[in-house]
Amino acid sequence: MKVCHAPETVAVLEIAKPAVEFKGVRKVFQSRSGPLEVLRDFSLVVAEGEFLAVVGPSGSGKSTVLNLLAGLDMPDEGHIACNGAPVDGVNTEIGYLTQHDSLLPWRTVEENVAVPLEIRGVAVSERRDRVHAMIASVGLKGFERHHPRQLSGGMRKRAMLARTLIYNPSTILMDEPFGPLDAQLKLVLQAELMRLWSESRKTVVFVTHDIVEAITLADRVVVLSPRPSRVKLGERIAIGRPRSVHDVRFAPAFEDHYRRLWGAIETDIGRQPHDQQ
Amino acid sequence: MTSNDVAAPSRRPRVGMAASSWRVSRIWVYRLLFAAAFLAFWQFASGRLADPFWISSPSAILARLSEWVRTGTLQYNLMITFKETISGFLMGATAGVLAACVAGANDTIRRTVDPFVTAVYGLPKVALAPLFIMWFGIGMAPKIVLAAVSVFFLVFFSTLSGVREVDHKMVEALRTMGADRLTIQRCVVLPAAMPWIFTGLKLGLPYGFVGAVAAEMMASNAGIGFLTQNAAGQLDTAGVFAALFALMVVTSLLNEGLGRLEAWIFRWR
Repeated sequence: MKVCHAPETVAVLEIAKPAVEFKGVRKVFQSRSGPLEVLRDFSLVVAEGEFLAVVGPSGSGKSTVLNLLAGLDMPDEGHIACNGAPVDGVNTEIGYLTQHDSLLPWRTVEENVAVPLEIRGVAVSERRDRVHAMIASVGLKGFERHHPRQLSGGMRKRAMLARTLIYNPSTILMDEPFGPLDAQLKLVLQAELMRLWSESRKTVVFVTHDIVEAITLADRVVVLSPRPSRVKLGERIAIGRPRSVHDVRFAPAFEDHYRRLWGAIETDIGRQPHDQQ
Repeated sequence: MTSNDVAAPSRRPRVGMAASSWRVSRIWVYRLLFAAAFLAFWQFASGRLADPFWISSPSAILARLSEWVRTGTLQYNLMITFKETISGFLMGATAGVLAACVAGANDTIRRTVDPFVTAVYGLPKVALAPLFIMWFGIGMAPKIVLAAVSVFFLVFFSTLSGVREVDHKMVEALRTMGADRLTIQRCVVLPAAMPWIFTGLKLGLPYGFVGAVAAEMMASNAGIGFLTQNAAGQLDTAGVFAALFALMVVTSLLNEGLGRLEAWIFRWR
């Protein structure tokens, strides 16, 4: 199994059932300046119930990995599977929380959160109960009737999170969900995400450029190499749960993790070919 | 003292509102003055500066209008034109939105029909009136069809540009939630294109009206267009102006109604 270079990760993966599998994936985009190879021989396994963080220099294929797994893009080579089934179209088993705001501006918070249930044909009365419970659990009680433009950035993220969690997808993809938020708000939302995740223990693939955030949240952090990307380093986080987002950085293991991850990224910063734009 | 302190901050916006509403009412005073001056000059000019045979006079027009209202001529003909416009508008707008959704969802269809649609769009719609009168006679049908055709193109092009501008992020978000194409059209594409659709509707309404009235002028026995044409045929200048005035009132009312509907639909903005 040449999935990951860190031996301890491989040991764990042999026990747990894989929720996500990338095998020898290659992805090339056609850009104006010619073909752009984003992933080459990319392999990764995520175990069921694992919280995986993906970090890497900007321009490495972090978001591409999520789009491929969501079935919004198709690989040029290789094989991708989710819960044992190959991904060959839009993958509706996942919940995808993108970096960009994708709430429907003409719908109120409760109407937005209800969208996945509407799609699944859930009865109106059950829909209402579930929507209200979910809105309460992401801390948006009292804002059910607000439209997205009346909410702050953090509240919109909460609404998107509620919309992603409400249909109970087996795997959740997050693309720098807290990227544009200020540092304090980021901590608050990280803590809430930890709480919600510990209740359900879903498989999470979390893309971020913030190493501290990755260590804080994840069971395992993988570092991508510059384009064409592959997994350069896999680091199992040896910090017990439950974790406090405020105290994680004082854990004894934190410094080692940080140094190793930063070391792996640092050598690549500035070495990314700027053939885009 | 406390009540005074509480009241103080709310005073400022009230003053502002009073000032702005005073500004609005002042404009209304100016508008009335302008209309009064214009009508007074017209009344004065009639018979002094120009022959009333050509320009009639506000008093003669008012007399004609009140006569028409008394005999029911105005209401009857207005209702005919109104029905033609609204039916044509609804048909043309519905067809325009649906066609734009299909063309927007399928790039091959859009690119195939684009030159043909553009070519027909370039025709002055009035030029189609004789054809429709030939096909459908002189009743309401040809007027409705001409109004519908006039509205269709404006709504179609406007909706199409809206449909093509839809934020792809929203579409992808719904796709990963398992939405099929129809659901995406209903939940994302249509609401997102609403502002463009409305622009098309607002442009289209007067054109639909023009279509109906133009067809009435060519061949009919009822409607405001007929009334205008009939008055002109009898060299009744006051009658022509009275009919034009009625037309003006109707378009203003239609536009006002559409504006209110728009404000209600876009209350989320």
